[in-house]
Parts: sequence; structure tokens; C-alpha cells
Amino acid sequence: MRTPLAIALASLLAATPALAQDQVVNVYNWSDYIAEDTIAKFTAETGIAVNYDVFDSNEIVEAKLLAGNSGYDVVVPSGFFLERQIAAGLFQPLDKGKLPNLSNMDPQIMEETAAHDPGNEHAVDYMWGTTGLGYNVAAVTERLGADADLATWDLLFDPETVSKLADCGVAVLDAPAEVYAAALNYLGLDPNSESEEDLAAAEELLLSVRPHIRYFHSSQYIDDLGNGEICLAMGYSGDVFIAQAAAAEAGQGVEIAYTIPAEGALKWFDMFAIPADAPNVDNAHAFINFMLRPDIAAANTNYVYYASGNGAALELIDDEVKNDPAIYPPAEVAANLYPLNAHTPEYDELLTRSWTRVKTGQ
Amino acid sequence: MSTLDADLPPPRQRPWSLIERSLAGIGLSGRALVIFAPALWLIVFFLVPLAVVFGISLAVKQFGRPPYTDLLTAEDGTVQLTLHLSNYIRLFTDALYVNAYLNSIKIAAIATAIALLIGYPMAYFIARTQDPWRNILLMLVILPFWTSFLLRVYALAGFMRGNGVINNFLGLFGIPPLVMMQTDFAVYVGIVYTYLPFMILPLYTTLVKLDPALLEASADLGAKPWRTFLSVTLPLSMPGIIAGSMLVFIPAIGEFVIPSLLGGPGTLMIGRVLWDEFFANTNWPRSAAVAIAMLVVVVVPIMLMQRAQDAVVERRK
Repeated sequence: MRTPLAIALASLLAATPALAQDQVVNVYNWSDYIAEDTIAKFTAETGIAVNYDVFDSNEIVEAKLLAGNSGYDVVVPSGFFLERQIAAGLFQPLDKGKLPNLSNMDPQIMEETAAHDPGNEHAVDYMWGTTGLGYNVAAVTERLGADADLATWDLLFDPETVSKLADCGVAVLDAPAEVYAAALNYLGLDPNSESEEDLAAAEELLLSVRPHIRYFHSSQYIDDLGNGEICLAMGYSGDVFIAQAAAAEAGQGVEIAYTIPAEGALKWFDMFAIPADAPNVDNAHAFINFMLRPDIAAANTNYVYYASGNGAALELIDDEVKNDPAIYPPAEVAANLYPLNAHTPEYDELLTRSWTRVKTGQ
Repeated sequence: MSTLDADLPPPRQRPWSLIERSLAGIGLSGRALVIFAPALWLIVFFLVPLAVVFGISLAVKQFGRPPYTDLLTAEDGTVQLTLHLSNYIRLFTDALYVNAYLNSIKIAAIATAIALLIGYPMAYFIARTQDPWRNILLMLVILPFWTSFLLRVYALAGFMRGNGVINNFLGLFGIPPLVMMQTDFAVYVGIVYTYLPFMILPLYTTLVKLDPALLEASADLGAKPWRTFLSVTLPLSMPGIIAGSMLVFIPAIGEFVIPSLLGGPGTLMIGRVLWDEFFANTNWPRSAAVAIAMLVVVVVPIMLMQRAQDAVVERRK
């Protein structure tokens, strides 16, 4: 008995240095946010293995980064969270010498992301999208009438309208910053306001529709919209398209649509960044540079239906994606999109408390 | 026999004698070592982390890494200790926390009562069954543990959702779908289902030891079956009832997975509040205070139940 054990131990010890030499990169990205073969291609080309982990909310990324020693080499927070995370020193500056593919980036997008990351020193956009409304076409028109206007936040924020949808299920993102921005915008207030009166007004609006909301969750609605469990969700553009594709594939006759409501919607940027304590900095740059390659960026956008921040990728993107006004909004719709700035920690405290009140009634 | 013995290597005398001698050299006997190991385990993995959590609960949130202030600050050669009680004060001044504790206790208590009502007859039946059926039934009680708890909760969601198993069945009779998911009802189903084995097993162990002669004696003395149950079976199974209830009630108070997967946004439970404070609000100090307070909330009923159980055992003597 003793000999095999000794051999096992010896081989284990021998294996450890070999493992340490193996190249890895630890990536923490949003769920359903990458083409199926991207990681395999990266590993095949570079020999770097990828540990790929996913999240569904900015809050949890921030919690892990603040805890420190997250072990991640590449994370993909949204701009309005990234902004304050950079200020808190959670990220290291990008070594642009190792990212030649930065030249492929869309200058317009780079200009917009510079609002979160001055000079684009710490992060580079992966995808961008909008936070709007996804709905089950048949279920919603049946309840609101065939000629009802569905490109409006009234669907969610008008108590009378949403009450008609309560029986088929309404879901809202568990993302207070984005929900309050939408509510403020609907009320005709500044979505980036940090005034307490505005916060109170938004809370009042949310409480007035709260009885008709079945749950608050940031990824559950993808499945539920697709299989008819709910009929309206405030959600991320590409996630609603996943639900749409799943519904079409299931062939149960469920048709899902996404709308950027006429009142306007949040335009966000999900950005690659390298944590200050990342263990594999070189591999992180290699991964980001790979993701910025036009063919890879286009393949990802064609798969997940989010707009790419990569300008050179545009000509490789499928026409049905490129010409979809819900993914690449035309100028008149784009004019109504608003950016979200980082909130101060003081305001965040008020915001999260208000959010708990909305969610739990306490 | 003797030839076999000859083949074996000679038994080595006291393989640990060297270690034992060197330990004795620093004043440690084998007995001390036996006590020392679990004590060390408890200190390293329970008391130290608890002290860390308690320490964090006395800090305040800041945006940075770590996301809380230092308790000790050194400035101009003086070390200053700053303890903030604001997190604990907030637990009392903000109705959210008190209500979450009370609601958790309420949900746990109701779920425990339901588990007892369902579990008692099952345990009684299993205890009265003869082998080999008894072992098979016991096996069936334990069987769910062979799959992940998380998967079983997801499976329950599959039963209760709008187009799930139950509603599809009701649909066959033209009954419109019931909304079961994201309600308190679903949380009760989840907790009772998950913790039922913890109720059945201690009940079974007390009921199986019940001497049938006592029941016969009771019948001989003219007692009706329900009378026998109330004055013989029930009192004698009290230790099992208390142990089973504790095993269900205590983990149910702090339950997080079941209310977050099956419950609605209004299903207020302390486990969810704690998760939100930690992950959504990144407020470590307050979530630490919530955790410490939860420990107190849970320890009090444990002590009361322990005392009740001791009293039962005492009376038995």
C-alpha cells in the first residue's frame, strides 16, 4: 500500500512546478457574453488556458474587487461602475504597447468611454448596449390592445398599464443605479441626478408599480421571457435577444421583442480592465488584445447581439445585426440615449436603502 | 495460521513512540493532544473568524480596499482605537433589520411545525415497519442527499412555475395556472422539503426505541389508541421532537438559497438582507453586524431548546 501512495505523492510534487509554468488567464465576464468558440481559439493560438467565470451584476464584481485577491486577470464592469473603481485604485493602467489592436477601436466609442476613464488609460470597451424593455408580443398585445404603443416606458412605469400585465409576469433588473436612472428619465428628471428630492420621486414612482412586479433579478428573465413565464422585463438589449432566439428555437409560438422606449434609455459600455493585483498581467493583455481583433470582435457580436466597440469589426458583422435598430440604433433613437455617471458612495448609500424599500416594502 | 504469521513482517513496536517522547519533552501528553486537536480546530476555524467578523462590525464602510475603515490607526506615534457602534444602532433604528429577523423566525417556526406534522407520522410508520422494509424506507429518506441541494431547489421551481408540472396537470382539468413561484408558499415548500429528513431521522431514532410493551400496558389498562399516543408515545418521543425541530428551525432562520430562488422580492429573510448588504451594497461592517446579531438571535432559541431537552432527560431519570 505504501509504495503506490509514495509514487502518487511524488508525482503530485513533480506536477506542481509544471502546473505553475502553464500559462493561464482568469477572466470574469458577464453571463452569455461571448461566442462559443472564442476561448478555444484563444487557447489554440496562444497556448494560454482560460479560466472563465461569469457574473450577472456590476455590484458583485465590485464586491469581489474590493475584497481584494480576487485572482482575476481580466474583468468586464460597466463604465458607470468602472469609473469609481478606477478612482479607488482597483485597476492598473493598460500597457498600450501590448495592445496593438487598440487601433481597431471605434474613435466615437473611445471618446464616450473616456468620460468614465479619462484618456482610456485603464480600460477598453468590449461591447455596448442599452437597458430597455423586452416583452412577449402576443401576451402584451392581448392585454393592451393590438394598436397600443409598445415603445414606451409606460409599459413598466404607468401603474394602470403595468397592472394589466401583472398576471402574465413582470420582471425588473436587480440593478438600482439603472432602474432609478430609467425612472428619473421617465419623470423628465436628470437620470444622473443625485438630489434627494429626485430620488424620493423615483422611489415613489417605483413603489406605485411595485405591486405588479413579480421579481427583481438580473438574469432570470432571460429564461423566463423565452419560455413564456413572464411577459415583460426591464433588461439588457442582448439578453432579450437571447430570450428571443431561445423562444424561436423552442417553437412554442412565443415571440419576444426588444424596444428602446421613445423616452430614452441608458447606453452603457462594458469594458475590459485588469485588476491592480492581477496575477497574470501579460496574459491579461494577450487576452484583451485577442478580443480586440476585428474577426474575433465581429464573431462575438454576431453571437451575442450586442454592439461592438470595435470599429474595424463593423464590416465583418452580419447585416441582420448591423442593421437591427435595437442593436445599432439609428441617429434619431441614439439621440435619446443617455450615459450614466458613477455615483458617489454617499449617494449610493441612499440609493441602495431606497432600493431595498422598493424591493421588500421595508 | 502459523505459516501465515511467519509471512507477515514482525509488528513494529509503537510506531509513534518517537513523536510521543518528543511531545512529552515539551510537556504534552497523548491525552492533552487528543483534546488539543479539536480545540485548535475550533479556535482556528470558528473563534478567530468570528472575532474578525466582530472586528469588522465595529468599523464603517469606505470605498476602497478593504471596503471598511481600520480599527487601529497610528498617527504621530500614538495608536488610536476607533470602534463604531453605528452598525448595531442601525439594526434597531431601521425597521428593515428587526422585521427581517422577526420574519425569518416566523417562516422558520411555521416551516418547522409543518415539517413536524409531516415528519412525525412518517417516522412513526418507519419505526413500526419490520426489516427489510424499514431499511429501504430509511434509505428513501436519505436518498435526496445524493444530489446537490441546489439542484433539488431548482427542480422544485420546475414543479411550481407557471408552465411547470403542477400547473400543466391542473391545466388538463381546465384550471387556470396558479402563481406559486416567487411567493411565500414556495419558500415554505422549499424549506419543508429540504429539511424534512432532519426532522424524520431523530424522530425515528426515539420512536424505534419505544418499548411496545408500554403501549400494550396502556391498552390493557383501558386506554384508547389516541389516549395511548398522547400520554405514552408523545411524551416519550419528546427528545426526538426537540432535536428534529432544532435541526430544522436553526438552519431555516438563516436560509438564503431557498428564499432567493423560490421566494418573491417581499419574502424578507435575514440571509437575504445579509447577502444584499455584503454583495449589492458592499457594506461589510453592516453585514458583519447583521451576522453577529443573527448569531445571538439563533443562540437564544438553541439554549432554550437545549434546556428543554435536558429537562426531559432529567425527568426520565
